[in-house]
Amino acid sequence: MNATIKFRIDGTQVVTKAGLTIMKAADNAGIYIPRLCDEKGLEPQGSCRICIVKIGGQIVASCTQPAEDGLEVENDTPEIRNYRRDLVKMLYHEGNHLCPICEASGRCELQAVSYYLGIFQPTKYPYLQPDRPVDASHRDILLNTNRCIRCGRCIRASKTLDGKNLFGYIGRGIHKQVGVNGENLANTDAKVGDAAMALETCPVGCIIQKRQGFFAPIGKRRFDLKPLGTNSVKQQKGGSEQ
Amino acid sequence: MKKRLATVSLAGCFGCHMSFLDIDERILDLVQLVEFDKSPFNDFKKFTQHCDIALIEGGCCNEENVRTLQEFRANCDILVAVGQCAIMGGLPVMRNAIMHSNDPLRECLEEAYNDSDYVYNPTNEIPNDPALPLLLDKVYNCTEVVKIDYQIPGCPPSGDTLWYALVALLKGNPYELPSELIKYD
Amino acid sequence: MEEKKRRLFVKQSCEKFKNSRFRLLDILWEIQNGLGGIEGPVMEQVGKLIGVSRVHVEGLVTFYAFFSDRILGKIIIRLCDDIVDQFFGLDKIIEVFSEELGIKPGQTSLDGRFSFELTPSIGMSDQAPAALINDVVFPKLTPGSVKKIIRQLKEGVPVFKVDDTCGDGNNASALIHSSVMNNIRHTGKVILSDSFLPEKGLERCLNLNPAEVIKEMKDSGLRGGGGAGFPSGLKWELARKAEAEKRHVICNADEGELGTFKDRVLLTERAPMMVEGMTIAAYAIGSSEGIIYLRAEYAYLRPWLENILEKRRDTNLLGKDILGKTGFHFDIRIQLGAGAYICGEESALICSCEGLRGEPRIRPPFPVEKGYMGQPTIVNNVETFCCAARIFEKGFDWFSNIGTDKSAGTKLLSVSGDCKKTGIYELAYGTAVADLLEMAEAHDTAIVQIGGASGEMIGRIDFNRKICFEDLATSGSVMVFNSQRNVLKIVDSFLKFFIDESCGYCTPCRVGNVFLRERIQKVMHGDANHSDLDYLRQLSNLIIKTSRCGLGNASPKPVLSSLEHFPIVYASHLHEPREGLQRQFNIQKALEESRRIAKRRSMIYDPVYYDTN
Repeated sequence: MNATIKFRIDGTQVVTKAGLTIMKAADNAGIYIPRLCDEKGLEPQGSCRICIVKIGGQIVASCTQPAEDGLEVENDTPEIRNYRRDLVKMLYHEGNHLCPICEASGRCELQAVSYYLGIFQPTKYPYLQPDRPVDASHRDILLNTNRCIRCGRCIRASKTLDGKNLFGYIGRGIHKQVGVNGENLANTDAKVGDAAMALETCPVGCIIQKRQGFFAPIGKRRFDLKPLGTNSVKQQKGGSEQ
Repeated sequence: MKKRLATVSLAGCFGCHMSFLDIDERILDLVQLVEFDKSPFNDFKKFTQHCDIALIEGGCCNEENVRTLQEFRANCDILVAVGQCAIMGGLPVMRNAIMHSNDPLRECLEEAYNDSDYVYNPTNEIPNDPALPLLLDKVYNCTEVVKIDYQIPGCPPSGDTLWYALVALLKGNPYELPSELIKYD
Repeated sequence: MEEKKRRLFVKQSCEKFKNSRFRLLDILWEIQNGLGGIEGPVMEQVGKLIGVSRVHVEGLVTFYAFFSDRILGKIIIRLCDDIVDQFFGLDKIIEVFSEELGIKPGQTSLDGRFSFELTPSIGMSDQAPAALINDVVFPKLTPGSVKKIIRQLKEGVPVFKVDDTCGDGNNASALIHSSVMNNIRHTGKVILSDSFLPEKGLERCLNLNPAEVIKEMKDSGLRGGGGAGFPSGLKWELARKAEAEKRHVICNADEGELGTFKDRVLLTERAPMMVEGMTIAAYAIGSSEGIIYLRAEYAYLRPWLENILEKRRDTNLLGKDILGKTGFHFDIRIQLGAGAYICGEESALICSCEGLRGEPRIRPPFPVEKGYMGQPTIVNNVETFCCAARIFEKGFDWFSNIGTDKSAGTKLLSVSGDCKKTGIYELAYGTAVADLLEMAEAHDTAIVQIGGASGEMIGRIDFNRKICFEDLATSGSVMVFNSQRNVLKIVDSFLKFFIDESCGYCTPCRVGNVFLRERIQKVMHGDANHSDLDYLRQLSNLIIKTSRCGLGNASPKPVLSSLEHFPIVYASHLHEPREGLQRQFNIQKALEESRRIAKRRSMIYDPVYYDTN
């Protein structure tokens, strides 16, 4: 397919080859659409819903929705921004996200997306304060599922990049979680060099490499240096919610 | 007329108060704008009169925290939750994760005073002096106990963050912070 | 079972389904029934045998409610805990079960004989409270009957012999042999009428070409009977047009909507008609393989259905060159579900048929383009296939003249709750709710829930509204509640259902529903104020707008619908906060535990201080 198509995101024209998703096309055009469950090199799954956009009055996930000629996509509108904020807040309230004591703070995408969206601090919903297991069995890797946001990036990375199927979804509803392929992580062939264990794969502090905590000082961490969304045409909006 | 300001640290570490002092010489500007009422800064133990703004550090983990917070709600127009602990419980809230067991509070106390490998407590006694306020069943953040008007995130919020937020509030300007000043840690 | 024997059994179970990972659901059923549960080592072994990871198997075991990762008792009691059952004495029934068995819901007795669980919607709302014991249905439970049942089970009477009464119609046949009643209260012209001439529609179809069949189907105006109301003819046309070597016809017999049980009755009384409809669909879209996705709760109907399929194979109504039409081959297998409401959603149902977790798929592509095994697939409801058979027997114009402009034909309504005549009513589309209530002899009705938990909750002022796609669209569930019933309790029960049945794939549905329920409970406890109602509306909107599939789009409906139609109920529960304090924070409750541990009273919050020691 060599055909090019033209469509608009918030009025900005995007020219792209046919067959891409809205998010891919936006990325190529330098327009940032916030996301959590999607990562380069992995199949999109459209589960976190942070990347929602509006087309023709319908809300869709831009990571799975194909771009079509003539589309008018609403991305950074007040309505969509508010939905995104609420969805991000839900993730905070669902798990135990204590930034001050988390090894991932500063390189955490959940946190960075909240900053991008101008969320002061999530208190809108009740905190569920789950008591999920911590798997410290492995020599080099620790799983603290209290911080898991069910993005499934580790599942897909292990499957497609490592060819290992170390992880998979288990349970359903609010109890849906990422399970390991064995009694615990030590009983699998997980290696610290796996793509699934890479620091960039887990967007939060659920998969932690032991003896690697707080390796970058405050101010020099991944998103201290380059906040999410600041590389795009649209710079971060100053406005915040309250 | 100068606004009246009160501050308090509930189940917190006084880190936010320390951070407040990081406004450095701007404290001289501040005293032009406000009169301190009940606060650790001036060691006033009681409210002298009704206040306009109160900064609350820390959440509630015992009955005294609750009483103090309710007292602040009754004596101040605007309550500002400052820092992680006040906003969402912070470090103390970690004990809520064992809330799901059958006897969570006892479990928590046993862990703290007896069971942990790092505790030396030959008498195995859990402190229980009548003067100690009773612990709550779990840690509550401030919004769960009283209505909170504003919040300033951070652990602690930087001196700058506190300064700009406070000035905006005192002058009645829109409460808008540049994103670099919003940090959760 | 000792390990060697167990491993052999697992191996045989996998071999029975050719070690195919697409039949994982069937394999797990085999093992669940044989071993009473599917534990870690078994998951590992199954994974190795069929070529998937252990966690993949675990994913299925923990997704479907009827599978268990621990060993359950030999006799599994699944008591239905829908709102209708609750209003008809469920608490007492639970109490009696617990007493007699010595275990609470969710537990297995120490001797490993009994497991006692609560489950939603077993399709017996007209005979509530009801329970499934293994495969056998026990309707209309009373404390007395429960005691009798447990006594017999303890004496060692086999489950199917405990209750020897038989229901009406085919329920009394040897292959079903169930005490379930059909409770058909009103037969309409289309499906339940006696005038049906079997195979006439199919014969007529085979004389037409497939394009003509689809055209008649479209002209009939038939819309899907599952609730969404998608035009069936159009669905068939899209599937036919999609290029592929193979196409599939799937019958959705997974009615899980609360309060619906019409498919139970149809499968009992009109199964041949349904299969005829499927055969017509297969001819129209060019399919050779069909699946009946039967919900696990109706497993007791499986032998009956298998027998009907077998009989049709014997008479050349299924198989090769059907009724002499050269080149038209079609056969059907039954896929047993395993307890997941979400599998009523067509793409989730297809996943389930392929031996996966029943999670809705990314759309586009739609099932009519890429469905079962990546091939074009139509998924229609039991009722829809029954209608199809009738349409070709009697002609599309006969059918389209029944009902209203935009809703052709009749609708099977499952009426349950506070009325004398609960059961099935086949009525032409456009019937007013009030007329239905009169037929059902419902007096003092205050609330009618149309369309199950995801439907609309209406009050007296709306009883003149009509049941049809233009007004009150419904999957067929009609729950009737009298003025003694608590609206908020109903809403709360529905939300619990959605929380339990959400697949957990997308954030708003997985988490949002939990927050909705928390706030509804706050209202129930009298701790909410006006701002909480705004919160409920806003949160509902978020879930509806951003969820991925129909479950999330519908789960806030009970909240919104009750807020709209019963505002006074909410208003009467609201209390404005006192001096900025939060009502739901209860200091006395928060201190209870501490007082007990410290053995002293509060110096601050207890009126007088004594050291009680």
